[in-house]
Amino acid sequence: MALFDTDELVLNMGPQHPSTHGVLRVVLRLDGERVVGSDVVIGYLHRGIEKLCEHRDYLQIVLLTDRMDYVSAATSNLGYCETVEKLMQIEVPPRARYIRTILAELQRIASHNLWLGTHAMDIGAMTVFLYNFRERELVLDLFEDYCGARLTYNAVRIGGLPLDIPAGWDQKVRAYCDLFESKIPEYEELLTHNRIWKERTQKIGVISAEDAIALGLSGPLLRGSGVPRDVRKDEPYAAYADFDFDVPIGTLGDTYDRYLVRVEEFRQSLRIIRQAIDGLPEGPILGKVPRLIKPPAGETYHAIESPKGEIGFFIASDGKSITPYRFRVRPPSFCNLQALPRLIKGHLVADVVALIGSIDIVVGEVDR
Amino acid sequence: MSAYFIAHFLLIFLVFNMLVMSAAFMVWMERKVCAYIQDRVGPNRVGVEGLLQPFADVLKLLMKEELRPKAADAFLFTIAPIVSAAAAFTAFSVIPFGSETTLFGLLDRPLPLEVTDVNVAVLVIFAITSMGVYGIVLAGWSSNSKYSLLGGLRSSAQMISYELSYGLALAAVIVLGGSLSLRELVLNQTGYWFHVIPRWYIFLQPLGFLIYLTAGVAETNRAPFDFPEAEQELVAGYHTEYSSMSFAMFFLAEYINMVTVSAVATSLYLGGWLGPILPSWLGWLWFLLKVLLLLFFYVWMRWTLPRYRYDQLMEFGWKWLLPAAVVNLIATAALVLWIG
Repeated sequence: MALFDTDELVLNMGPQHPSTHGVLRVVLRLDGERVVGSDVVIGYLHRGIEKLCEHRDYLQIVLLTDRMDYVSAATSNLGYCETVEKLMQIEVPPRARYIRTILAELQRIASHNLWLGTHAMDIGAMTVFLYNFRERELVLDLFEDYCGARLTYNAVRIGGLPLDIPAGWDQKVRAYCDLFESKIPEYEELLTHNRIWKERTQKIGVISAEDAIALGLSGPLLRGSGVPRDVRKDEPYAAYADFDFDVPIGTLGDTYDRYLVRVEEFRQSLRIIRQAIDGLPEGPILGKVPRLIKPPAGETYHAIESPKGEIGFFIASDGKSITPYRFRVRPPSFCNLQALPRLIKGHLVADVVALIGSIDIVVGEVDR
Repeated sequence: MSAYFIAHFLLIFLVFNMLVMSAAFMVWMERKVCAYIQDRVGPNRVGVEGLLQPFADVLKLLMKEELRPKAADAFLFTIAPIVSAAAAFTAFSVIPFGSETTLFGLLDRPLPLEVTDVNVAVLVIFAITSMGVYGIVLAGWSSNSKYSLLGGLRSSAQMISYELSYGLALAAVIVLGGSLSLRELVLNQTGYWFHVIPRWYIFLQPLGFLIYLTAGVAETNRAPFDFPEAEQELVAGYHTEYSSMSFAMFFLAEYINMVTVSAVATSLYLGGWLGPILPSWLGWLWFLLKVLLLLFFYVWMRWTLPRYRYDQLMEFGWKWLLPAAVVNLIATAALVLWIG
């Protein structure tokens, strides 16, 4: 018998663990601290939202989409409503499209704030976490001014918006943009050129462009690997076609590149918001929508760019009922999460938390 | 029983209590400084500006149930926090924090302001602070929990990577001062160069001071080298399974170790209790100020930097810190030989 036990150590990370971002469970097989294999176990937050949607009418579903990616609820609202509009061929007035774009981009900033904060905290930089929450609070205040809610907004309606922006809101958004722009360097100062941050993120969890495409990754994960794919640019929705913005891409596809991509997206989002506020057209906020929403028989798929990647909705209608016949979501968190076992293989336990953070998952969206 | 003996006894009592108090104060300072760094207010409910917060925390911990996992090794599990705390307290006993005093003529001979003046004080400190790591390794192993085990393993991996450079940095000062007694080393730093620059060893040993500080962070398991407890990775590392007062012991040990490391740095590099303006019997104020500055530096660093990875620390320790410490020692020795 060998003197020492040299078997693999099976470490159960989660579902209750400080850095698994909710109730994700990762079963790690370790050799020392090196990961030789892993199983990702999901489903702890499954609420059957897709099935539930098939038993709710089209207006009620907006509320359920809030509960999927609860840190960027407005994006899910928008994706769902646009899908139904596509199915029913409803024209959305330009003012509504502009306000939707502003909401979506504010939401992107809030979501990236939360991501950067938790990701930095996973790597041990606690202060960045609180700085990000400080600024995320401002976005939540803007949303509160707009629709009264701070987390689950229910902010978009089929065919337009429930509310016009309150008086002075555009000025508040402008002020916020100026303030936030001055705060981005604060995060960068603490991280971007920090040697420890670089050593912890560079060449960690490298994924090549081919692999990223083959795994069906999207969003900053895909762009970090150097693929300039952004639904906002490639298949413009809402009012994105009217605005100038760049799609930042990485080169190597490591954790550091994904970090840089997201930080640059802060700036691009601000650019879009400013253009949208400046060019905000007058007019109605709700298009011609029938009183009873009953789409014609048929099916459609529509995808938008959520902060985490491509969020797509598939809706099939039988043309007879006021509920979808089939409702299916392509959640970016779920698709991106499948890269995790591949990313963490060969790395250390300390990198596992960095990589879970780097993917940017929300378990509510993974499990639905 | 002579007055001297009573005074000495009281001094020991005072040092012990001041250490506990300094840990409490450090907890408060850590929370307050980190709050200001993070744009928050920090504790401000218990006492003036939250000064009593640490005492409220201790009270809470006292009332908690003492839990021990069934699978844990009962003896080692119990003794581990005691080892940690005892090592932390003992190490401070040989550190002088002021010059001698006769308490305004009350004593027949002057009483040095330290618990005991050992002629090999540097070695004693080195030996005892290294004992502290046993507390962590034993806690990690005896808990019989995977996260704790990983924390304990990291701790031992960490120790072998900084301890050598730590020792070599100290050795350079010993070569320079020609003594192993901390009191003598401090007294060697009396006086000024060109009437302005104090004769502190930091000016002769800038590299050694940096090496000592870096190794000191690793020694006290503080961020960016806080791998054994790395909250985000190992939940709480070696003290995952500890609760109530045995957890508080680890907590206490961590802060006292910080004070000890800062106090040793003050004595060896910053001239201990020596300083201008104040009369010599108030020298301990200088000592306190210098230690506080170093402690602030540790807190500042913790809340600014991300965490290293433990293999990166090992690489850093062996490839950079150790060669630098060796070069520093050889250069110092050569200079001392050359100048005499």
